[in-house]
Amino acid sequence: MSSVLYDAQGPRAKRRNVVFTVGFLIALAAVLWWVFSALEDKQQLEWAKWEPFFHTEAWSTYIWPGLQNTLKAAALAMVIALPLGAVLGISRLSDHVWVRVPAGIIVEFFRAIPVLVLMIFGLALYSEYTNISTEDRPLYAVVTGLVLYNAAVLAEIVRAGILALPKGQSEAAMAIGLRKGQVMRTILLPQAVTAMLPAIVSQTVVIVKDTALGGGVLTFSDLIAAVSPMSSYYGANIIASFTVVGLIFIAINFALTTFASWLERRLRRGKKSTGAVLDPNDASISGTMGTGAGGGVGGI
Amino acid sequence: MFDFLEGYDLLGAFWVTIQLTLLSAVGSLVWGTLLAAMRVGPVPLMRGFGTFYVNTVRNIPLTVIILFTSLGLSQTLGVTMGAADNFETQNFRLAVLGLTLYTSAFVCEALRSGINTVPVGQAEAARAIGLNFTQVLTLVVLPQAFRSVVGPLANVLIALTKNTTVAAAIGVAEAALLMKEMIENEAQLILISAVFAFGFVCLTLPTGLILGWVGKKVAVKR
Repeated sequence: MSSVLYDAQGPRAKRRNVVFTVGFLIALAAVLWWVFSALEDKQQLEWAKWEPFFHTEAWSTYIWPGLQNTLKAAALAMVIALPLGAVLGISRLSDHVWVRVPAGIIVEFFRAIPVLVLMIFGLALYSEYTNISTEDRPLYAVVTGLVLYNAAVLAEIVRAGILALPKGQSEAAMAIGLRKGQVMRTILLPQAVTAMLPAIVSQTVVIVKDTALGGGVLTFSDLIAAVSPMSSYYGANIIASFTVVGLIFIAINFALTTFASWLERRLRRGKKSTGAVLDPNDASISGTMGTGAGGGVGGI
Repeated sequence: MFDFLEGYDLLGAFWVTIQLTLLSAVGSLVWGTLLAAMRVGPVPLMRGFGTFYVNTVRNIPLTVIILFTSLGLSQTLGVTMGAADNFETQNFRLAVLGLTLYTSAFVCEALRSGINTVPVGQAEAARAIGLNFTQVLTLVVLPQAFRSVVGPLANVLIALTKNTTVAAAIGVAEAALLMKEMIENEAQLILISAVFAFGFVCLTLPTGLILGWVGKKVAVKR
């Protein structure tokens, strides 16, 4: 294995690797032992604390209803934010100053504010000015916060995707007499959408993670909110409950991430699709996807 | 108009936000650099550990991590972070710990992608003129990698600033918690929200503009 940093390794480097490996193993074992003894010390490893997760009751009473709410909020947010983000992103590319500038201000403003602040604002807004029932309010607040933030992030992804297309595409389209709207609708967007797909899927990961704020800080009854009642019902199995909830999130998001990188690889390989057209610009596109993932970092 | 601010320590809350940001930034820079070193290094076991850590932590919501530091680490396992008697300090430190563990995964990825942007030819040429490993690393690869990493790291820092609000989940008295409290007690919902939104814009926008400018300036043109 060689990389930028080092060449294929000779016998001396291989011996050194073995030393490093052994040293690292010892350190890792020490940490694991410390964790294990701490858990053992507080009786968190007893079978009774883990057993409930092998029966359907825990899943049907606590986990599944919570998971449903989490997924519902994430799906709603994605479905509403996507068209909003597309409109904002295209508006930012408009030729008219009075469209471009306000869209830019909206996008930059909502990207600069934490999702949690938007959610808290949404919750208070709905309780003050609408008559949405108390149990529905957290869902509305969570979705509102997620939509406002992610529409701004998706707008940037859309804009970057369109800007990453070769200039010849829009020039050729205008040369054959299409109008601005037609160029965008029939030439630029279809190509940009395929290029943006991986970034959009990665953004879904951010949305799924951000829904957890609803359970953590607002009173949204999602997967996180299920941890407390679940662990008090099954005899203070906090560690076990968190492990299960964490594993569920990892499973969902890992599947989404894998799907996104599969899409990316596929689009890159694509011959018939516009992927071929985009090929020379791949570096710049993946760069913008980086910022898309940067928005991903922006998520919580 | 702004008399609703009386009786609330607005600046103090934002100061806690800034403290959380800076302390976690330093912590995650250290741990993230170590992780990146493991991920690009030649030892397979360390590479595997780095990959495992990043993929695990990146896919867990920060809220879960922060709540776990309080409910799991502190209340169940008795980790006190050296502040057993002071609940507030303890939660603050736990929040810093959680933010550090989470953010370092993203720092690691930013650094690693920075190293990957250096073309292999650069290192091959450096080896060809007879530089040894340390020289290749310090004279050729790292200077270029650091330059291309400023932009991505700035993004991570901005995200971290916004992510500190999650510490509200375990009752750290930072800006988002004060906002929640003020909205519950005062009548001016829009005005209060505007004040806090303005505060966060003040924290994140200049960081983005300045570091973005620096990043563009130092980046290696290829």
